[in-house]
Amino acid sequence: MISAKERRARKRLRSKSAYHLTGIAIAIFFLAPFAVTLLASFRHGTEASLPPLPPWPTTGVSFDSYRLLDTFGAGIWRHMVNSLLVSLATVVLTVVVSLLAGYGFSRYRFPLKNVLFVLIIMTLMIPFQSILTPLFIILAKLGLNNSLLGLTLVYVTLQLPFSVFMMRNAFDAVPKEIEEAARIDGARDLKLLVRVLLPLVLPGVATVAIFAFLNAWNEFLAALVLLSSNEKYTLPVLMTAVRAGRLGAINWGAVQAGVVVMTIPCLIVFLLLQRYYMRGLMAGAVK
Amino acid sequence: MIGSGLQRQSSAPRRRRSQWRGLAYIAPAMALVIVFFIMPVIFTGWMSLHNWPLMGASRWIGFNNYFRMYNDGRFMTALNFTAYYTVIVTVAIFVVAFPLAVFVEKERQFVSAYRTIIFLPVVVGLATASLLWVWLANVDSGFIGPALKGLGLVEKSPNLLATFDTAFLTVVVMVVWKIAGFTMIILLTGLQAIPAELTEAARIDGAGRWQRFVHLTLPLMRKTIALALIVSVTGSVLAFDQFYIMTAGGPQNKMISVVYYIFNQSFVSFNLGYGAALSIVLLAILVAISIIQLWLLRVGEDRP
Repeated sequence: MISAKERRARKRLRSKSAYHLTGIAIAIFFLAPFAVTLLASFRHGTEASLPPLPPWPTTGVSFDSYRLLDTFGAGIWRHMVNSLLVSLATVVLTVVVSLLAGYGFSRYRFPLKNVLFVLIIMTLMIPFQSILTPLFIILAKLGLNNSLLGLTLVYVTLQLPFSVFMMRNAFDAVPKEIEEAARIDGARDLKLLVRVLLPLVLPGVATVAIFAFLNAWNEFLAALVLLSSNEKYTLPVLMTAVRAGRLGAINWGAVQAGVVVMTIPCLIVFLLLQRYYMRGLMAGAVK
Repeated sequence: MIGSGLQRQSSAPRRRRSQWRGLAYIAPAMALVIVFFIMPVIFTGWMSLHNWPLMGASRWIGFNNYFRMYNDGRFMTALNFTAYYTVIVTVAIFVVAFPLAVFVEKERQFVSAYRTIIFLPVVVGLATASLLWVWLANVDSGFIGPALKGLGLVEKSPNLLATFDTAFLTVVVMVVWKIAGFTMIILLTGLQAIPAELTEAARIDGAGRWQRFVHLTLPLMRKTIALALIVSVTGSVLAFDQFYIMTAGGPQNKMISVVYYIFNQSFVSFNLGYGAALSIVLLAILVAISIIQLWLLRVGEDRP
């Protein structure tokens, strides 16, 4: 004899377990590629070219694949430093430039203000893929071809529409009274901006910084076109060369290790700063 | 610092000075945009009217680069392929992302963990994802083939990247894996914006789950869907990394997208002028898409 109440409870339990079984299946689909690669990257060098079942190391954890990665190009550290330099420089420059521009657009009146703002936002409508050919030539004319600085400046420019938009909104949200009070206290211009306003727009800065970092760290096509010598390669360009066998025979162990190296910073940044990332995503989507 | 301010200034010079200040604040951003964006855009148009080799002098040839496209079978193939890819991928992403958005819509146990997990591939680079999947799909030491064999679905581990159909399918699955979380989040925001009272009222009026979805959810999400659609379409039209990395344009050069073709013309064959002309065409296509986007969003706005 089952009461109606009990039947309802059972039904609820069944639907709940169905929900979570589906959820687990979905989670496996999205996580498995990461997990399998991570596990496989710790197999012994001899295992790397064998069929990957099981994908985890069967003869003890080994860093062979990571060590092997160091034999390609100018060594993995060099390329990691390249990627980090470009990404961090992009973050710093993007934050500084968009902070200034956002403040200027939010607080000052000047001729052609709206035209200039639209000009910056328009960058978004025209994808950089369609201006890569002349960018290549302009950078050469400026003596910035095959340089990490040139690549960084391109990345900063690509970040500007989103970042300036973000920062202008952040400054718009700061009450004018705070600024006026600070002015009366004698803070002016850059001092006012750095000491008084910067702490108030810090969430906006965080959002801008995360997007700048991830985009610079992950960008591939511009780096492929603009960097021509081996030792300048960022990680994605190096790894494509490894994958294509241009630096010797393809070693899948090295590819797995490279993928892990490229993935981890993205996941860390995202998981730690998820809140700010989502804010940026929404702002970007609504625009 | 108290008391150091408060000097009076007449308002006219102050305004003029503040004009210069405003311009000074935006100057670095403007300089970057002019040098690395506006100049290249104009320069693309100029280059497209030239025969522009990597070395040596460029020569004015008028619109010949544009006429050349008509007879360029490989460009037409790339254009067709890109259109085909865009349609398939966009449909695939929606087919996956919409149910996912519905799945994670309600607040319940572990739902935010599901959301985060589905979103993870979005933050990884497309190049990284391509490298990851090219290994997974590799015939000798990859994972997918042996796993399919292990499950008894195939007799022999297939070389997924060897034929057009299986290579294309692999790329589509990779892109869906990488992008679906992004589309899901956009759709989720749209779903959550639908007032619960409306759904409740429809339920009381006797509308079934499917009826509510078709007559209530879909119309109310028009704007969100248009947005997600545009993001997916623009992204697919510009696809490059996955074809360059996963299949190197093969098999039989059938998987060369428009951007890949421009890359080949400009940076492999060094026909920079022709590459620029192709870029202008790509730009025109994207501007057309943007106009359709604005139109779609406008249409969405007219609804109550």
